[in-house]
Amino acid sequence: MLRIPCPWCGLRDEKEFAYGGEAHVERPQGGASDAAWADYLYFRRNVKGIAYERWQHARGCRQWFNVARDNVTHEIRATYRNDQAKPQLDDPERRL
Amino acid sequence: MSSRYSLWSLARQALRRHRDWAPAWRTPVPKPAYDIIIIGGGGHGLATAYFLAKKHGIRNVAVLERGWIGGGNSGRNTQVVRSNYFYKASVDFFEHSLKLYESLSRELNFNIMLSQRGIVTLAHSRHDLETNRRWANAILLNGVDSEILTAEGVKRIEPLINLNARFPVYGGFVQHRGGLARHDAVNWGFARAADALGVDILQNCPVSGFETRAGRIAGVATPHGVLRAGRFVINVAGHSSVLAEHAGLRLPLISMALQAMVTEPVKPMLRSIVLSPTAHVYASQSDRGEIVIGGAADVYSSYAQRGSLAVIEDFVAAAVELFPAFARLKLMRHWAGIVDISPDTSPIMGKTPVDNLYLNCGWGTGGFKAIPAGGDTMAFTVANDRPHPLIAPFALDRFERGALIDEGAAAGVAH
Repeated sequence: MLRIPCPWCGLRDEKEFAYGGEAHVERPQGGASDAAWADYLYFRRNVKGIAYERWQHARGCRQWFNVARDNVTHEIRATYRNDQAKPQLDDPERRL
Repeated sequence: MSSRYSLWSLARQALRRHRDWAPAWRTPVPKPAYDIIIIGGGGHGLATAYFLAKKHGIRNVAVLERGWIGGGNSGRNTQVVRSNYFYKASVDFFEHSLKLYESLSRELNFNIMLSQRGIVTLAHSRHDLETNRRWANAILLNGVDSEILTAEGVKRIEPLINLNARFPVYGGFVQHRGGLARHDAVNWGFARAADALGVDILQNCPVSGFETRAGRIAGVATPHGVLRAGRFVINVAGHSSVLAEHAGLRLPLISMALQAMVTEPVKPMLRSIVLSPTAHVYASQSDRGEIVIGGAADVYSSYAQRGSLAVIEDFVAAAVELFPAFARLKLMRHWAGIVDISPDTSPIMGKTPVDNLYLNCGWGTGGFKAIPAGGDTMAFTVANDRPHPLIAPFALDRFERGALIDEGAAAGVAH
């Protein structure tokens, strides 16, 4: 069970949250190519290590926010609001 | 080379107290170069190697497995085989797979313990019933067996089911030819048969990167040094994105943990595979008597091969509500595998933007049932450098073309 510190409500159980996929995915400008739209809609880094993700406190304050999470150890490295900058964390580079 | 398995060889070995069995496959010294290198020694990788050697005469093939054969998702799935999908492209592919399963024991000279006991999909409301009817009729129109069930019909197949559960059972449908096959036997059978045709199976051989030359893959970096080949196939399930990134590719996948568990063994109490898309759970009884329980994946990205206790509680609560008798059983083991889920929950198979690199991934929660057809069609694709007609719709470029095959309902829970 993950315990996630919501930036508004503090530490709560995983069951209260909904996962919203990778964070910091930028929407292409109008007139972009089919390939650019496919990349935006479907293609992901799917990184092994520190994943920057969008989560929603769905059964709490219902706010969306970002989580930096090590998806190998399940350790929550940071949570931050949407208007805050992406934190720079040392990735243990646990590749392959 | 190992001898042919038969009643005669079993009797002969019994007289020698089973001390003379040859290993089922060799532990070869890697050659510096192969015609084809398959990365990933799961069911799909082994089956691809087998069909390359058997049907296309390409025997200078290596399968690189970073752990041991059967240690990944091929040994972690819940053994379900079925072809009750919705769209024609999926039904055609999975039906081909089920038909190959039906003759696989003879093909491989290895008993895969196929048991076509039927898979029952439950409806828990009038709306579920309507959806199930549409689904079952689509399967029939695609030429595959399927039968709509009333609640009493479900009860006739599974007398222990609780029709008045929290989500009452209104009926459902069954694919009688769906069932179980022993997953280890499928892996071992393909490994042994591929090895007998000259395929090198290299265990404990992780790939840490690619050597590229002029936009093509020249070799893979392994603990045995760089191994070269003319063509390469990626078959690494949950780690597809990580490996593809080394070849400069981005994939439309999310890796998640999918959990399953078994109870202590008991006498036969469950006949079919019972699956509830609404309660997100399915159960079957293994030949050893254990009740095998599975459900939906943990809903966030993970490479940890272990999931959340909260999800286990959900599976167990749903299973006990449907089958109150399960409440008396103890759970013996639970585990997780890392599955690669695509946006339309359909697999991604075929060629890639890199000339001599082929991809077989995106199986998400249901790759086991597809092993024979995945191997057969990928072997064709790699041998001929053009997609097998059955997998042409599952190409990587479908996301750019908007030609998704949305099997969310059929692939969602039943594996």
